[in-house]
Amino acid sequence: MIKVRNLKKHFGPKVAVNGISFSVEKGEVLGFLGPNGAGKSTTMRMITGFIPPTDGEISVGGFDVLTNPIPAKRLIGYLPENAPLYGDMSVCAFLSFAAEMRGLTGEAKKKAVHRVVEMCFLERVFHQSVETLSKGYRHRTCFAQSIIHDPEVLIMDEPTDGLDPNQKHEVRTLIRTMGEKKAIIFSTHILEEVEAVCTRAMIIDRGQVVANGTPADLKRRSENAGVVTLRFAEGYSGSQNSPAGTVAAGKLGGIAGVKLATVVGEKPLTLRLVPTSKDASAGAHAQLAREVHELAVREGWKLEELHTEEGRLDEVFRAITLPDSNDSKDSKKEAA
Amino acid sequence: MNWKQLALDLQLDPVSLRNIYTIARREAFGFFASPVAYVFIVIFLLLSGFFTFMASDWFGMGQASLERFFMWHPWLYLFLVPAVGMRMWSEERRLGTIELLLTLPITPWQAIAGKFLASWAVLALALVLTFPMVITVNYLGSPDNGIIFAAYIGSLLMAGAYLAVTAMTSAMTRNQVVSFIISVVICLFLILAGWPPVTNMLIGWASPAVVETIAAFSVMTHFMSLQKGVLDTRDLLYFLSIVGFCLFSTSVIIRAHRAG
Repeated sequence: MIKVRNLKKHFGPKVAVNGISFSVEKGEVLGFLGPNGAGKSTTMRMITGFIPPTDGEISVGGFDVLTNPIPAKRLIGYLPENAPLYGDMSVCAFLSFAAEMRGLTGEAKKKAVHRVVEMCFLERVFHQSVETLSKGYRHRTCFAQSIIHDPEVLIMDEPTDGLDPNQKHEVRTLIRTMGEKKAIIFSTHILEEVEAVCTRAMIIDRGQVVANGTPADLKRRSENAGVVTLRFAEGYSGSQNSPAGTVAAGKLGGIAGVKLATVVGEKPLTLRLVPTSKDASAGAHAQLAREVHELAVREGWKLEELHTEEGRLDEVFRAITLPDSNDSKDSKKEAA
Repeated sequence: MNWKQLALDLQLDPVSLRNIYTIARREAFGFFASPVAYVFIVIFLLLSGFFTFMASDWFGMGQASLERFFMWHPWLYLFLVPAVGMRMWSEERRLGTIELLLTLPITPWQAIAGKFLASWAVLALALVLTFPMVITVNYLGSPDNGIIFAAYIGSLLMAGAYLAVTAMTSAMTRNQVVSFIISVVICLFLILAGWPPVTNMLIGWASPAVVETIAAFSVMTHFMSLQKGVLDTRDLLYFLSIVGFCLFSTSVIIRAHRAG
């Protein structure tokens, strides 16, 4: 549905977007991640036809956004950053206006307005002036506007910004449900949102795509991905002359796939195993856990917990977008 | 400039007309939801009444004509029209709604035309509400209603020309005050270039041809000939070309802003 090739945007001497290419099909939800000023909003504005690119190609539903913008724009629903609205209108009047601009009239318009009001929980403020709405309602009104024509392509710039946790949850559920039939792009700063909603995530930094994959793929690129933690049942003690931790660490360190085994807690005894291989596939992770389990069975250890870390998106995000090694060390300390 | 694209943008098929109408209705809605339209209409009526009856001693003249009524219009519009039009685009840019507007499946031209027509309709409404003046002169004497009609047309076109200038300045900035001041200055130039006191002064040190050329750019020259009851195509064309030129400039400015 959406195809972007080698997209570039310069604002004077500043390069905002520097050669981004990707495509999104129906049934996909693509999440844009990246620091502020990375070029996420600019990219979205170019796809929606609001600003022309300096170079590159964009097509939506087969229509070139640059040379044939009207049919492309018909397919797109857009929620701009900060959810701008005409303050002097009521929610009802604003949504009617949006519906009319999308070519809906009469009964179809009424139905469309009714549908989005229900989906976005706007019944209570339907006749209220937009100016008097709280931020959450404003956001949802603008969101309602973007889906009023049931578009095939939905582009949302920080759709959950400024919402309370319940509203965030509602919007995420909506996006996920709609993502089954539409091609959706949205940007966010909330990493858990990416895991909850996206089928694919793209990290953008300084105008370029620096990582692109499913949320699970990205997480496995984390430094802690694959680390196995085991916690022994209370009361486990080693042989008489050596403490339990040292014994267990020695035995676990003997497993082929383990690079380093360290004791991280004494009571109850907890160990952390760093794998040797940087093989980040789910299969490699499972293999190590299986071997640890077999060892535990042979030794007669009672384990209360055996856990393989999947990795964390925020670590990946920091590692990728903060290339300076000092910075990433500092931030790791903070995280610990 | 892509002329073929411009020609495509300007075509008026039913869909374009409906888009222009929907934009215009929203814009008009904005005028009447805020006090702008009411304040403009009331102030315009009060001031035009004051200047006609008090400042120019209309009763003392003993003539059944509206010349003294229309002669103030270029000056009244000088401040009132930019006040009405200054928010047209600057407000959209300040609130960010321009991003909503221009990502709708419409051409920029349709948005420009719709917004302009809505504001012009407010000005026209104010002008229509001066009908008691026409009734009064017809009651008191027997004026030439053809002349009055021509003068109304002239006044409406002049308001449109000022409004188009304001639309253009409004697209330049997100600050309404700046937009107001620049449009007042441009409109003032359009008045003064053909205002008799200024042309009389110019005639002292420029050749008549030069003075006439400068005066031809002025709304005064064209408004005065319409005020005499002559519906000359050249005068109509003058006002309409100002509107066309300024709205075209508006589209260029908006495009330039988006290009960054």
